[in-house]
Amino acid sequence: MRTLDELLAEAPVFAGLPQDALTLIAGCAKNVGFAEDELLFREGEQADTFYVVRRGRVALELHTPERGGLVIETIEPHEVVGWSWLFEPYRWHFDARADTPVRAIAFDGACLRGKCEDDPVLGFELMRRFAQVAIDRLQHARLRLLDVYGGAGVR
Amino acid sequence: MAAPASAEAPVRGAMTPVPHRVLSRVQETADTWTLELDPLSEPVQPRAGQFDMLYAFGVGEVPISTSGDHEGGPLTHTIRAVGAVTRALCALEPGAVLGVRGPFGSVWPLGEAAGSDLLVVAGGIGLAPLRPAIRHALARRDDYGAVSVLVGARTPDDLLYVPELERWRSRLDVEVDVTVDSAAAGWHGRVGLVTTLIPGAVVDPAKASAFVCGPEVMMTFVVRALLERDLPLERIWVSLERNMRCAVGHCGHCQLGPTLICRDGPVFPAAAMTRLLEVREL
Repeated sequence: MRTLDELLAEAPVFAGLPQDALTLIAGCAKNVGFAEDELLFREGEQADTFYVVRRGRVALELHTPERGGLVIETIEPHEVVGWSWLFEPYRWHFDARADTPVRAIAFDGACLRGKCEDDPVLGFELMRRFAQVAIDRLQHARLRLLDVYGGAGVR
Repeated sequence: MAAPASAEAPVRGAMTPVPHRVLSRVQETADTWTLELDPLSEPVQPRAGQFDMLYAFGVGEVPISTSGDHEGGPLTHTIRAVGAVTRALCALEPGAVLGVRGPFGSVWPLGEAAGSDLLVVAGGIGLAPLRPAIRHALARRDDYGAVSVLVGARTPDDLLYVPELERWRSRLDVEVDVTVDSAAAGWHGRVGLVTTLIPGAVVDPAKASAFVCGPEVMMTFVVRALLERDLPLERIWVSLERNMRCAVGHCGHCQLGPTLICRDGPVFPAAAMTRLLEVREL
């Protein structure tokens, strides 16, 4: 059976970290599972956990009175669900729902924040990596704002 | 006096529309229809990647890529109603007649890609020009290694050829992955940019060829993602559409830098086009 730190190393967000850092992070982690349609977290709730998906798909949803629920992004295996645990006020901005049965690694955000504060080198490295995740998603969101498939022609 | 021979004479009948009758009209999405056409005289037989000029009598003419395989079958075009001409074409009922000039332009290099893995990346209406290439590869499946078809669309309702996508997806010898830019809750597929599908595509970059068609911005980012996946630039082809009017390289409306899309394209090696696509004024 594979250990948590071995599983962590498969996720791009943790790839290449030294073994002692992986072991430290694994101390804040556990394996979890969600049934299809089960919520991982809900908009506005305390963001005290984040996830790395191992199997299945997670949908990030936003609910509006006019349009109902909208899926704004889906998260696939080895990708991170959630970074609000890292930034004040530590509240989720979206719902995260299991679109299929999901296996994931759940991380205690407060535990990891504490370790980051105790070990600034690890803290900086994790901040850098999660900033990259956030930037990638921001760039994707900007490109989707272009609505490239919806452009009207004249002919 | 006999006219001098020209090495670049237009193809026979290039400027004369051939009347075609609409055999069938299938609505693909809210604004997109597929027409099957039967020639009333000499048939037009485009190859995968080529386009025809479709003429709605009294309204105008537009370039539309072939979206079917014409080995004995009807001429097939998928048209998005975005302007006066395309709206007129999409409104044609079975039995109506329109004009067709063609075929024009370059083809997807299916022969050159044979023997390699094939990665097809389509965005929006860009799936239409790629469908004949995909059908060709699936009909001659042993000629190719792994085949991966990645499709992006605005919403689930904007996906083209859904029954055919499902048939392809049910095959064990082709990977079909679909993503949309946004969806209502209840959609059980991926939501995100089509570029996010590229890292997981099952092809071996070292021996893969890639065909890409969609809006220009999308193709620019797809080519970048393919390069990040280590596909060689010289194994990537893109299909462009600019303001094609005459289709035979005379009018110059579709000029992009040193090329005329109608004459030199629409299918180009990405190596020849990626820098041009990033020049704002072109």
